[in-house]
Amino acid sequence: MTAALSISLHVNGERVDAQVLPRLNLADFLREQLKLTGTHVGCEHGVCGACTVRVDGEIVRSCLMLAVQTQGASVETIEGLSDSGEIADLQAAFRDRNALQCGFCTPGMLIAAQDLLKQEAEPDRERIRAHLAGNYCRCTGYQAIIDAVESTALARRGKRA
Amino acid sequence: MTSSPAGKQTLSELDRPNSYIGKVVPRPNLERLMQGRGLYVSDMELPRMAHVVFVRSPYAHAKIISIDPGAAKRMPGVIAVVTGEELASVITPWIGVLSHLKGLKSAPQSAIAIDRACWQGEAVTAVVASSRAAAEDAAEAVAVQYKELEAVTDMRNALDPRTPVIHPSLGDNLAFERNLDAGTVDAAFAGSDEIVEAEFVFGRHTGVTLEPRAVLADWNAAEARLTIYQGTQAPHMVQNLAALHLGLEESQVRVVCKDVGGSFGIKVHIYADEMATYALSKLLRRPVKFVADRVESFNTDIHARDHRCKGRIGVKRDGTIVAFEIDDLTGIGPYSMYPRTSAIEANQVVNLIGGPYATKNYRARARVVYQNKNVMCQYRAVGHPIACSVTEGLVDLAAAKIGMDPVEIRRRNLIADDAYPCASPSGLRFELLSHHAAMNKLMTMMDYDGLRAEQTALRKKNIHRGIGIASFIEVTNPSAAFYGVGGAKISSQDGVAVRLDAQGAVICQTSITEQGQGSESLTAQIVGSVLGVSMSRVRVILGDTDQTPYGGGTWASRGAGIGGEAALQAAKILRKNILDVAAAILQSSPSELDVADNAVVNATDGTPRIELRELARIVYFRPDTLPPGIQPELMATRHFVPREYPFAFTNGVQASWLEVDTDTGFVKLLKHWVVEDCGTLINPQLVDEQIRGGVVQGLGAALFEKCIYDERGQLTNANMADYLVPMSGEMPDIDVGHVVSPTAESELGAKGAGEAGTAGAAAAVANGVNDALKPFGATITEIPLTPQVILTALKRI
Repeated sequence: MTAALSISLHVNGERVDAQVLPRLNLADFLREQLKLTGTHVGCEHGVCGACTVRVDGEIVRSCLMLAVQTQGASVETIEGLSDSGEIADLQAAFRDRNALQCGFCTPGMLIAAQDLLKQEAEPDRERIRAHLAGNYCRCTGYQAIIDAVESTALARRGKRA
Repeated sequence: MTSSPAGKQTLSELDRPNSYIGKVVPRPNLERLMQGRGLYVSDMELPRMAHVVFVRSPYAHAKIISIDPGAAKRMPGVIAVVTGEELASVITPWIGVLSHLKGLKSAPQSAIAIDRACWQGEAVTAVVASSRAAAEDAAEAVAVQYKELEAVTDMRNALDPRTPVIHPSLGDNLAFERNLDAGTVDAAFAGSDEIVEAEFVFGRHTGVTLEPRAVLADWNAAEARLTIYQGTQAPHMVQNLAALHLGLEESQVRVVCKDVGGSFGIKVHIYADEMATYALSKLLRRPVKFVADRVESFNTDIHARDHRCKGRIGVKRDGTIVAFEIDDLTGIGPYSMYPRTSAIEANQVVNLIGGPYATKNYRARARVVYQNKNVMCQYRAVGHPIACSVTEGLVDLAAAKIGMDPVEIRRRNLIADDAYPCASPSGLRFELLSHHAAMNKLMTMMDYDGLRAEQTALRKKNIHRGIGIASFIEVTNPSAAFYGVGGAKISSQDGVAVRLDAQGAVICQTSITEQGQGSESLTAQIVGSVLGVSMSRVRVILGDTDQTPYGGGTWASRGAGIGGEAALQAAKILRKNILDVAAAILQSSPSELDVADNAVVNATDGTPRIELRELARIVYFRPDTLPPGIQPELMATRHFVPREYPFAFTNGVQASWLEVDTDTGFVKLLKHWVVEDCGTLINPQLVDEQIRGGVVQGLGAALFEKCIYDERGQLTNANMADYLVPMSGEMPDIDVGHVVSPTAESELGAKGAGEAGTAGAAAAVANGVNDALKPFGATITEIPLTPQVILTALKRI
């Protein structure tokens, strides 16, 4: 089964119709066919977390999912989450805390962090560290990232109160 | 937490109104990276771009009998299948030696192996196709016949006469040896009260940049010009070497470096497969892209650290250290890496052992040997973690032997803060260090006495916590002494050009590069401060050999200290030029004027006289209104290189607080502290984050990271699931403090900070683990400190 298949999905709210080979993974589909290069490929075996995206609201490693599996799905990437403003406060906290250096892990890290912040209103540092424990960062040593996520959680809590 | 030794005065250029120096300001380039709108080489595409995939040797050492590309060439999308011999028509081999490392020898290395592969992962054939997937498919169809040869794997046997010589033309497997004998070592040991010896063993590890190495080479046959897009720390070095080996003039090669997904020294070298990619582009007359996959990264990104170092320390009962002696052995793979060589790490170990301490008696031997494993070379904090772990491990062993507290023995031996300038037994010259001030600050930050009390109390509950201390020195701001004197065309000077544009904004081109450290930010901070212009009006351009002044780039903790000073001096000249024009326009004199808040102001009271935007309008569009004879020059360029000291040494001390589970062998890091002295802090937040990131790379070495080879030279854990690096769950919070001793070599006074964290972190952890295990009488001098290593030392397994 090596012939291209048709898929239809939504990516960052836009409808996409595409022909994809069955073996094409979602990360390569986003990067190579849709030119959404904010989804980064660090290991291609599901360990580093740099390719994290959202599919139907759940975070997934796009290098471990085939593009054909996204038929009918809604895929959100860092470009979409940035443009919608959904993570603007989290990004501001990353900027203020210098929670990124080379920036290669950052899109995946932001999406994983937002996933936690959506689930839990009051994650403590240990909880944040545990939730992000599947996303490699080789530059920062993580502390600045934990600080930025923690301060975003606090600020969001303040807004709700 | 910053303190200055008494009597230091902040320099006026750094202290101007609204200065950004010493302030925490966000980096200008973060927004695009956070939005996924950066441009890494792996993101780039060009018209007619082809992809190269390399067929790599599955053997550590093998003769290549034949290569049959027939089936691969017939596969869909394949453009070319190129062997090493075919590629040799466009690119020459190289030898990784430097003349100042006397006796260093290496064999010629080709872009693609010819006749013989010398490590598992060496490229033996290139497959170029219209997509990476097509190239990977075809690579599987290339039929290579090998005859496996005996592999040299254990560095301890490499010099044994019965061991095969990897490169017969070299005579033996010894790449480099250095001997040093300073002071009166034998007499000192004879006069000591106690002598302690140990062998320190370091795992082979690697940088694991999150973006693998990536190159896009574009030979334009019509222009006879090669453009190389590469995530490199040293664009001009790449330009020089690509030209040299492709038979081009440097002016025919442009190197462009956009965003880089992690470097840490991994991307400061030129790799054979990168050379092959340049050559393939020239051969095939089209853009060719190479992006390593993760398995290739583990097998071909330089490895580092694999050392076995026997150490000896002599001590008096009063704690005086009388001598150090070491015998270091390291295996570097089959070739000395190009162009920086693979002898530098061992050389640094010899240089740095005992560096923080006052004793003048020091003997060292270091031997660097060839073996059939992946190449080793410079990775963040080159040699420092080895030297620091050996030195600080020996100091702790000596303290234990004479029953002295680890902090006390250091206080009795660290070079006094008022003893500078002075030199180490290995000849390192120290301008101004602050070991004691740093130690004092650390004691306060960590509440040393409180932790000792807590440790004692917890031991009664069978909870085993340890405190590890490690003082260190760090080589920063290297002059030509590092590479230039050895014949490598790697610039030690850097240049910055600054210009005021027609709207009163500033464009700044610098030869230092950015891989996330904050080069762009610190340059804008300095230029904005000196010029009196808001940072938002300063745009910094870097990473392009066609666009920036010539320079070294960002490595060896040199960007801020060298590139930053060039920026400061260039901005001063531009400010003077602006004031000259302003004085002519305002019928004033330059000495009565200054620039602040984007306007020329009265020097005395700060009253605005003319906006820079208006001044620029006149200069660029109405020069006819200027007085006769005035030719404004709103662009200035300056270069800088340290001349007085070969290196600007920094110093510091780290401490680790950890808990060892003596049943499972797991180490839990509870807290880590660093006090360091990098001179002037341009942006304290960026410095702290360099320190933290560096510490965590050192913690990886201490607890997790190791490239595990089997006896046939096969790397058995070449993937991210099996090669462990620190993750957020295991890492402690790290408190960072500073002592500030600016270097007088520059007006800026900044030294480097990029490697200090990595230099001492593993030593602090190892000392902490041994401190925790003291009740069990176990001493471990090996990293990584895996559960297996710890349980073995505890005789539990």
